[in-house]
Amino acid sequence: MIRIALVGLGKMGLSHAAILKAHPEIEVVAVCDSFGILLSGLNKYMGFKTYRDFGELLEKEKLDAVLIATPSRFHGQMVRQALEKNLHVFCEKPFCLDVAEGQELAALAKQKGLVNQVGYHYRFLGTFAEAKRLLDSDLIGKVHHIRAEAYGPVVLRPAGLTWRSSQTEGGGCLYDYACHAIDLVNFLHGSPARVEGTILNKIFSKDVDDEVYTTFRFPGGATGQLAANWSDESFRKMSMEITLWGENGRIRIDRQEIQIFLRDATAFPEFRWGWNTKYTTELTKPVWYYLRGEEYSMQIDHFVQCILDRTQNSISSFETAVQTDLVVSKMIQNEKSNVPLDAADEQTFSSRPPRVPQKKKLTTSLKKLVGRR
Amino acid sequence: MERILFGDNQFIGVNHMSEEKARQQAARFQDLQAVIDVLDVAYEEGIRVFMCTTQDRMLDICDHFRQHKSRYPDFKFYPCMPYAHKYANAVTEYGLLGALQRFLPERSKLAAIWKGGLSVATQDVEGIAQLLIDSEMNAFRGLDTPIIFLQNVVTDLLLGLGFKEAFRIFSDHVKQKYNAEAGFITMNLPKLLDALEEVGIENPIVCSNINKIGFRMCGGIDLYQKTIETRKFRPIAMSVLASGALQPREAIEYVVQQKQIQSLVFGASSRANIRQTKRLIDELFLDDRSRAV
Repeated sequence: MIRIALVGLGKMGLSHAAILKAHPEIEVVAVCDSFGILLSGLNKYMGFKTYRDFGELLEKEKLDAVLIATPSRFHGQMVRQALEKNLHVFCEKPFCLDVAEGQELAALAKQKGLVNQVGYHYRFLGTFAEAKRLLDSDLIGKVHHIRAEAYGPVVLRPAGLTWRSSQTEGGGCLYDYACHAIDLVNFLHGSPARVEGTILNKIFSKDVDDEVYTTFRFPGGATGQLAANWSDESFRKMSMEITLWGENGRIRIDRQEIQIFLRDATAFPEFRWGWNTKYTTELTKPVWYYLRGEEYSMQIDHFVQCILDRTQNSISSFETAVQTDLVVSKMIQNEKSNVPLDAADEQTFSSRPPRVPQKKKLTTSLKKLVGRR
Repeated sequence: MERILFGDNQFIGVNHMSEEKARQQAARFQDLQAVIDVLDVAYEEGIRVFMCTTQDRMLDICDHFRQHKSRYPDFKFYPCMPYAHKYANAVTEYGLLGALQRFLPERSKLAAIWKGGLSVATQDVEGIAQLLIDSEMNAFRGLDTPIIFLQNVVTDLLLGLGFKEAFRIFSDHVKQKYNAEAGFITMNLPKLLDALEEVGIENPIVCSNINKIGFRMCGGIDLYQKTIETRKFRPIAMSVLASGALQPREAIEYVVQQKQIQSLVFGASSRANIRQTKRLIDELFLDDRSRAV
């Protein structure tokens, strides 16, 4: 049995607690949170041993692993405490708000030979996992563009009383929604080399972004666009969609299905020319316990298997999560440093950075362009 | 318990196969009349139970059935509570206590928790649960609700956490206050039956995925079949078509072969589909001679 403790009993934490407790290879030794009423309920009705102090829990209990599901700003410190105690660590996403700290912790976990995982559960969904396999087999050829979209109904009015509405604590659509999409882009294609034109916009929130847009440039020339908006109630729940265009066609993935259009399918007997669809019902593997989606159980089972097999080859490791954190932090920097160009009035072209041609020259070439059309 | 229960996924934009289809359905059924038209068709085809999620729109749908009771004298509702996204989104926005405060009808009760702190809240889990159940049931006042279900997200969360007593609290309250039987929706049938047995809920009504391809049947299709065959409970099959992965005839044939299954839930949007599925169920259940009709 793997002896595990869970810290952080919010929405994700409670869901993890149920899944952990139902896993045949896991013994949930204790849970930890600062919310006394909840702890006392979990103890009284469900028999959990409870702590209010993480340090005390680590001191007193003999553990193999911890699962950290606290607000994001606590991740770094708690992951470090756990690694120093030689514990395997599963941490909720986003991994660390400070990229340097994340890199350090990823290196520390590796050096100590400890299993490490971050809760990017979309990697475990049948459709996205299958898409990864197909893309690795070069199904759509050289990829030249990627579009990643995440929409859903979280913040629908001016309010916000939790840490998710505080920028410094890791709140906002960027950390809550967009980082899932970024992580999937990294998973399916690889990390972007550059981010450009980032927009972090408020719709209802006071302190954090409600919608996020950016442009990616990947090594090898592919480009990408990201759009995320957590104030969109036209979606019943979070919806994630990734589309990749390649020289041999296009693949579009969401949680229910994969739609593939192929220009040439001769090398892929499983597919035919044109449209092909794969559904979640054929791609979903059974799990030992189901709560909200197979992917939540599968990621925990993967963590357990990595511990049992003593392997650090996690599908969603600290290392891959740091790459996602890095993109997020570059987007925040890019948003602050963007040089805006006014598209409404050609006068403003003169205010471009020095390397840009002078106004007269530019308008001449623009006229030429227009003339050619 | 009725054999055929009419489900509501199609009305609320849930489709486990295609988000695009879910979107089209959500758009079509945003008009209340469109929902009522389909329910009318179901009624005309002989379906007498609407198994529905307690989402906000149910208020209006229930209003219609209250106002036209004479048109549907024997129509029953099997409410399924809660509509979990409402709560999950509120927890994200307001935190756990904040969300609770929003949904509890009696603010004063919550105020007591704030003041009294720990002891009041933990001793009164039963009271809080009853208030939440009552607030979900409010829409159904005056309508016939002989079975009230706990939705799978909540059933399976409580089951995983080991809060078995909650099932008894739910069962007792719906019996006492609504003269109804408790039903439980789950994705983890064998494990739930153990828990219900432990807290003394006998011959429980349990609704779970039961389909020929084993889609979302945790523990595996063999264990499900054995469980249905050997354990004493009243199983209701849902996701019989595995979200469209199976053809109706083979899907229903499979369910009929599981001898103990008393009811199945299906949802459809057109008269042709409703009629065809209803007739298929009637025909296949009748063909199965070992079954009491």
